[in-house]
Parts: sequence; C-alpha cells; structure tokens
Amino acid sequence: MSIPPTEHQVEQPAIRVRGLEKSFKQVTVLRGVDVDVARGSIFALLGSNGAGKTTMVKILSTLLKADAGTARVNGFDVATQAADVRESISLTGQFAAVDQILSGRENLVLVARLRHLKDPGAIADDLLRRFSLTEAGNRRVATYSGGMRRRLDIAMSLIGNPPVIFLDEPTTGLDPEARIEVWQAVRDLARGGTTVLLTTQYLDEAEQLADRIAILHEGRILVNGTLDELKRLLPPAEVEYVEKQPTLEDVFLTLVGAGTDREQR
Amino acid sequence: MNKHFLGDTAVLLGRSLRHIARSPDTIITTAIMPIAFLLLFVYVFGGAIETGSDSYVNYLLPGILLITIASGISYTAYRLFLDLQGGIFERFQSMPIARSAVLWAHVLTSLVANLISLVVVIGVALLIGFRTGAGVLGWLAVAGILVLFTLALTWIAVIPGLTAKSVDGASAFSYPLVFLPFISSAFVPTGSMPGPVRAFAEHQPVTSIVNAIRDLYTEQRVGTDIWIALAWCIGILVAAYVFAGVTYRRRIS
Repeated sequence: MSIPPTEHQVEQPAIRVRGLEKSFKQVTVLRGVDVDVARGSIFALLGSNGAGKTTMVKILSTLLKADAGTARVNGFDVATQAADVRESISLTGQFAAVDQILSGRENLVLVARLRHLKDPGAIADDLLRRFSLTEAGNRRVATYSGGMRRRLDIAMSLIGNPPVIFLDEPTTGLDPEARIEVWQAVRDLARGGTTVLLTTQYLDEAEQLADRIAILHEGRILVNGTLDELKRLLPPAEVEYVEKQPTLEDVFLTLVGAGTDREQR
Repeated sequence: MNKHFLGDTAVLLGRSLRHIARSPDTIITTAIMPIAFLLLFVYVFGGAIETGSDSYVNYLLPGILLITIASGISYTAYRLFLDLQGGIFERFQSMPIARSAVLWAHVLTSLVANLISLVVVIGVALLIGFRTGAGVLGWLAVAGILVLFTLALTWIAVIPGLTAKSVDGASAFSYPLVFLPFISSAFVPTGSMPGPVRAFAEHQPVTSIVNAIRDLYTEQRVGTDIWIALAWCIGILVAAYVFAGVTYRRRIS
C-alpha cells in the first residue's frame, strides 16, 4: 500500500478515465466516472452486481464505445487509438475465456500466435510451468477444475507481456482455495510491474489485493482511496463484514486441510 | 485490410478445424439426414416417381447435396454462438488481431466441414448406383457451384450465430433452408406440381442450382440454368455478407 494517493505528475497514469458515460437504451449504466490508475499498481473496482463494473472494463478494453467522456489506456485513447490500446492490454472476462476443446498448451500457443510472437511453443511451456499447469498442459481444458481454468485464463492474458491487464471478477464462482491461487497470480503480476485493474464484488478480495480501491455504485465512483482511507469512511457494520469473511474462510480451509495456504494471506 | 488478416485467419481456422477433428460427429450428423433422404427416396418413394431419367439416384443426388449443405451450415451458427457465450470471442476482440479474421475463420471452417460431408454423401450415392460420365471439368464446375452455395448459406448462418439468444435459436434458422429443396425440382419434376406451387418452385434458387448440377452430371449442354444458379448464389452471398458485416459491427461496437 505504498502508492501515494496523489496523481503522478511525472509519469502518465496507466489508465486515465474522465467523465465516462454509457447508457443502454433507457438504462444509464455509467454517469460520469473519473478514475486514475498508477502504473504497476493493483486497482480494485468494487461494486455490487449491475453497478457498471463490467461495462467500464469493456469500454477500457475497446469492446464497447462510451457515450461521453474520455478514457486513455497506456497513453492511448480507447476511441481513436483502439488498435494501440489492444496492443497494450489483456482482458480476462467474467467467465474463463478459454477454449474447452483445446488443451491448455494449445490455448496458450493460440494466443501467442495471435499476438504474432516468435516461438509460441516455448512461451506456452514457460507459462504452463509458472502456473503449475505443466502436467495438465496436454489435457483438454474441459477436464480442468475451475481454479485451473482461471489460472490458464490469466496465463493467456500474460502472453506478450501487456503493460495493463483487466481482470473482470476473476474469482467469482471459485472455491476458496482456487481464489487464493488466483490472488497469488495477481500479486506476482503486479510485482513484475504490470498494472492490474480488477473488478470484484468481494470486499475481502479488494482488501487482500488492491493498492487502491474505488467503489462504483449506480454508475458513479462513490469513493476512491487506499484501504486505510476507505476503512475510515465505511460504516462500522460493513467493516465488520470485511473482518468476518476471512475467518469463515480460515475455518473452511482448516477443515479441508489447506492450512498452508493461510500463510499467503 | 489489416496486415495480419491472412495470418490471423489461418491461426483461427486451425483452431476451428481442431474442434471438428475432435468432434467428427458434427460431420457425421450433417451427412446422416441427407443420406437418410437419399435412401428413403431411392428405395421407398422413388419407384413411384416419374422423372424421365433412367436412374432416380442420378436425378436425386444434386438436391441431396444442397440439403447436406443446408443442414451443415447450422453448425457455423452454433460454433459462433458458443464462442460468443464462452467469452473467447471477447478475448479475441480485445487482442491486436484483424477483427474480421474471427468470422472468416468460421466461414472457412464451414466450407471444409461441408466439403467433407459432401464427399461422404457422394460416396454413399456411388455405392447405391449413382453414375456420371462427367469429366474433371464437369466435376470442377459442380464443386464450384457447391462452394459458392456453401459460402452464401454460411454467411447467412453467421447472422443468427451473432444474434441468437439460445443454442436452439442459433440453429433453428436452417430448417426452412433444409425444406426448400422439397419445393423444387430436386425430388420431382416441377411440371407435376399445381400452378402456384409450380411457379414458386421454378423461380426459387434451388431449382436452377439443382438443374445446373444435374446437367453437368449428365453431360448435357448447360443452359441458362447455370447462369441463373450462379446469379442466385452470388446474389445471396453478397447480400448475406453485407448484412452479416453490419450485424458484426453492431455487435462489436
């Protein structure tokens, strides 16, 4: 949590969003969002279902066009320099976007080829090793567990070392052990200098991972700050909820015998 | 055109062809219905149908080939729909690739899969007595018409693939296409049909395409039918391609 809350003046932020608006027919999803994400940080966009998190990620990853406002990713405008933005990012969507019929290795090779990289096979083998998937590498993804699929999904996002990675609800639907695996992968990413914007509806996930957290509610950013800053803002009842979640998880993990994972938390 | 268009299309085509190689049942199921029609009409109904041709299987095969394509292309809608549902479509769209490569890969996959199904159906037809004196040029002309017809129908299939809300919806559109050959010269000569039905049958695309293929197989001089057939195929192809492109751009923006 060492990232200062003030904006970097020297270096452009990895993501800069100003006055972003988006509506779908009658429904207004984003009503003027302003956000800066510093390079190399983990930024969590926290919000309940329907808050507009996915819409925002889709605009930032050039899958949707905003109605108003500007968004720059890695210095490129998402509307006018979409191709440059796509060179700079990787998107891991809400549902593991992996090819079930191909093997894990084939998935990685596919993405490496589409990113026009040399020696896709070596890149795939290296990532399989880093994500402890070497043994499963030649098996069809359909046989993978949820956690393995997510790890593969994130591994696919790392190909080509894009400076900015979007993770849309990376742990939704995962069991606690798989969540911890994913969290570790995200931490490793940020340590390597990658900027990570992740959306989540889990308070503890933001707490565990993020350097800064913004709460998106009904299309607006309610607050944006470090965990400590936010803790002072949140009403006590919600703080209690944050505290309680890990305890339950500890019980679960102890009961199912994954005690060693607690150290990573 | 994006400089990576050909390379990206080739990579994505390789992916889809792997899908087919790993579930060859899609080829089998595509071929089973037309083969069933072929056997049913040759061995059950065919004896009662007066076509003026000495061999009913020779008369029937062109229409059966079109039915094979009409049932095969629904897999394009199905595969495209699954890509959209699974999120891998969005992954591709957020990557620095030629965006149209995603669609072209599916269309070319459809072409390969349908050609394999057609070979299977023609193989069965040969076993039950289909014979043609057509030479290399004749076969090439038939192949050309079938390729154009497949491309035209596949681009139609892209539209429900991009817009469907459910798997059933994605493939239901092909039923009328499979049915169309029944109201054409594919099974019986149109002359036996009552006025309005005959008028429809004689002016819909299947009849001219079937007649053109039949003429090529029987080594008769191809008349105006082949030009009408080509006009239909190219017209449908262009219209479907444009409309699919509009649907695609709406989908990805």
